[in-house]
Amino acid sequence: MPHVVVASDDCRPFTGDISAFDVEATTVRRMILELDARYPGLGEHIRRKMAVAIDGEIHQDADDTALGADSEVYLIPKIGGG
Amino acid sequence: MTDVMDKPAFKVVGTRPVRPDGVDKVTGKAAYGADLVMPGMIVGKIKRSPHAHARIVAIDTKKARALPGVKAIVTAADLPNLASEEYEAGESASNLRDLALNVMARDKVLYEGHAVAAVAATSAAIADAAIALIEITYEVLPHVIDVEEAMKPDAPVLHAHLFTEGLETRPDLPSNIAKRNQIARGDLDAGFAAADVILEGRYTTQAVHQGYIEPHACVASMAADGQCEVFASSQGQFMIRTYCAKILGLDIGDIRVTPAEIGGGFGGKTTVYLEPLALALSRQAGHPVKMVMTRDEVFRATGPTSGAVIKVKLGATKAGKITAAQVELKYQAGAFPGSPVGAGSMTALACYDIENVEIVGWDVVTNTPKVAAYRAPGAPISAFGVESAIDELAIKLGIDPIVLREINGVKSGVKAVYGPTYRDIGYLETLAAIKAHPHYSAPLGPNQGRGVAVGFWFNVGGESTAAVHINEDGGAVVVTGNPDIGGSRASMAMMAAETLGLPVEKVRPIVADTASIGFSMLTGGSRTTFATGMAVVQAAEKLVEDMKRRAAKLWDVPVESVTWANGAAVCNDDSKAGLRPMPLAAIAAQTARTGGPLSAEVTLNAQGAGPGFGAHICDVEIDPETGHVSVIRYTAAQDVGKAIHPAYVEGQIQGGVAQGIGWALNEEYIFDRAGRMENSGFLDYRVPVASDLPMIDTIMIEVPNPRHPFGAKGVGEVPIVPPLAAVANAVRNALGVRMCDLPLSPPKVRAVIDAKAG
Repeated sequence: MPHVVVASDDCRPFTGDISAFDVEATTVRRMILELDARYPGLGEHIRRKMAVAIDGEIHQDADDTALGADSEVYLIPKIGGG
Repeated sequence: MTDVMDKPAFKVVGTRPVRPDGVDKVTGKAAYGADLVMPGMIVGKIKRSPHAHARIVAIDTKKARALPGVKAIVTAADLPNLASEEYEAGESASNLRDLALNVMARDKVLYEGHAVAAVAATSAAIADAAIALIEITYEVLPHVIDVEEAMKPDAPVLHAHLFTEGLETRPDLPSNIAKRNQIARGDLDAGFAAADVILEGRYTTQAVHQGYIEPHACVASMAADGQCEVFASSQGQFMIRTYCAKILGLDIGDIRVTPAEIGGGFGGKTTVYLEPLALALSRQAGHPVKMVMTRDEVFRATGPTSGAVIKVKLGATKAGKITAAQVELKYQAGAFPGSPVGAGSMTALACYDIENVEIVGWDVVTNTPKVAAYRAPGAPISAFGVESAIDELAIKLGIDPIVLREINGVKSGVKAVYGPTYRDIGYLETLAAIKAHPHYSAPLGPNQGRGVAVGFWFNVGGESTAAVHINEDGGAVVVTGNPDIGGSRASMAMMAAETLGLPVEKVRPIVADTASIGFSMLTGGSRTTFATGMAVVQAAEKLVEDMKRRAAKLWDVPVESVTWANGAAVCNDDSKAGLRPMPLAAIAAQTARTGGPLSAEVTLNAQGAGPGFGAHICDVEIDPETGHVSVIRYTAAQDVGKAIHPAYVEGQIQGGVAQGIGWALNEEYIFDRAGRMENSGFLDYRVPVASDLPMIDTIMIEVPNPRHPFGAKGVGEVPIVPPLAAVANAVRNALGVRMCDLPLSPPKVRAVIDAKAG
């Protein structure tokens, strides 16, 4: 199942010291719902503040994006630019 | 193998046609924000705070309202008092309360230049006179500008509601520290214990402005029925529409924003300052209102980027392997939270493969204008500290600075310090390119020095819409919703031409208003050629499929037997042997018979923008009499994916380098004891001009991004990341002394020379 990691401390208010999770999910949307079920409020925080890097590729607001069984998923702050 | 690698050689992509908007721009016919004139239009002006921090006790507008010719006066009392709410409209979420309070102060002014009232009158002179007649009673408060001073427990507090986020426990008292963020991996203590060499440094940068030539300007009109028209220079007409609606409490559908040409933005035009006020004035006056900032207002009231303190500690083996890195970043946010310290933290060590890392960032409010995005927001600042420290490490170890970076450099398959595993990156290729370049081995003369530095930026994708219409004569129109700030009209036309098989001159690119094309995120984050370009290509591909279908109908053959090549349908049906290809123009001339006009629109949320890396070499010469530093040679290599229009990619690299050199050598906000800016004009705030700079040589490394149909990556932000340190490292090489505080202006350099002389 996909392995989800938070590299920064952005999710600490929701997850405490836990920064890595195995999540049974086949899409980004299911992953967020699953994380929100474990840590209430985390889902909204991810939607507003976080981008999702899947196997090295950064996605923002990409609910339908598929996750593979061995996907490496990093939650990182959303990125803008100049 | 990626799609782009499988494509045959391109006919249009990779060439250098003249830009479609070029003639208008060089002949002065292009319409910028201040150029529109509407019937009955009047002039809007803003009264601004003379204080860096003060409570607004009273605002008396009676005398100003009585002045003949004054048609409207707006203060915060005329605008909704918004609650704190994060809302996405530009690139990332903004707090609507803070955004509105930055447009117009309500209870307190938080920086000199903060808007307090706005006037609309029949002439600029009357508006200025009315501004002078508005009486404001202030209770002046202590102010704080320096980032470390602002972090002290006894510092004047800007916001009583601001409690630091990101700490283990919520603090008991408010402070100016909005947020602490941290990135960590490995075992820092073990990493330093394994090091043969440890060095530490403290570096500082000052607030610098984006320095766009065109000041903020708009014309806005609100009709009696509430329908609004805004003509404005910005990086995103949809951003203007949303923020105006939210700040004024209007429906988004009641506002149409037409993008003016833009005379530079560099991130600074990704928010609103004038537009909501112009609409509010128009609503009260019943006339269209034009507002144009002076240069003084641009400096005092629009976003610079942060001044900062950067602390770096590195540990390495004698062989040059970095075993541990610790970085602390303190960034000014200006009057409201939201400095780019998060991105500064993520990018600080993004070029390096280091096992043991800790990066801590602090977002700190100060009595200065709220910072706005500036090219690779946050990254040049942290790179200045890290790349200076890496240079010191190279000197200490006696290792060539490029080789040291190669030893520790990231490549595809390596995990970035900020988390994900890199793929399809070309960082080591940029290092190899500058190492092999003749510049790197060229001899240096007296008082000259050479520096090297590298940089990284993520690049982004996001939501875009594009439409492609085929004209009756076989030409095409490409419609997008992204203002052209760096030649994107040309790249959109080229990608459409390549896909359709047309000469690029037959494709007309249009940047449309908010009612004429679907939503697009603003032009920023180096996203437009990647994301909007992807929408353009997909729309053109839909048209190709449609034209194949129509040609099949006209030939009376199955569509499966029709292919597309060189701008024409080709029939491969054996029963029609000898049929000549049907050109696009012939299909376009028969649309009534085949189903109506040829048109396609695509919306998408582009993902997978490939990150970019750059490696720069800088040579400087120092005048020992004056301390003046001249950049005498500069070479910049960058992984650009695939250059759609190579001349504009080169231009982006050269422009970023020029701005970075200004940041390194001259530019800074200077404040007096009262917190008032002392150098709010281009005479005293000196950006580099052409005569200050050498030709900036560019090397484009093309490691295609497999996510883009032609392999494009964003290119506009990476080139401003390395120059601060490249210049500083060159000065170090010339002087033999490390200068850690930007800008490296003549008085500071002369002081070092004097100190060396004893």
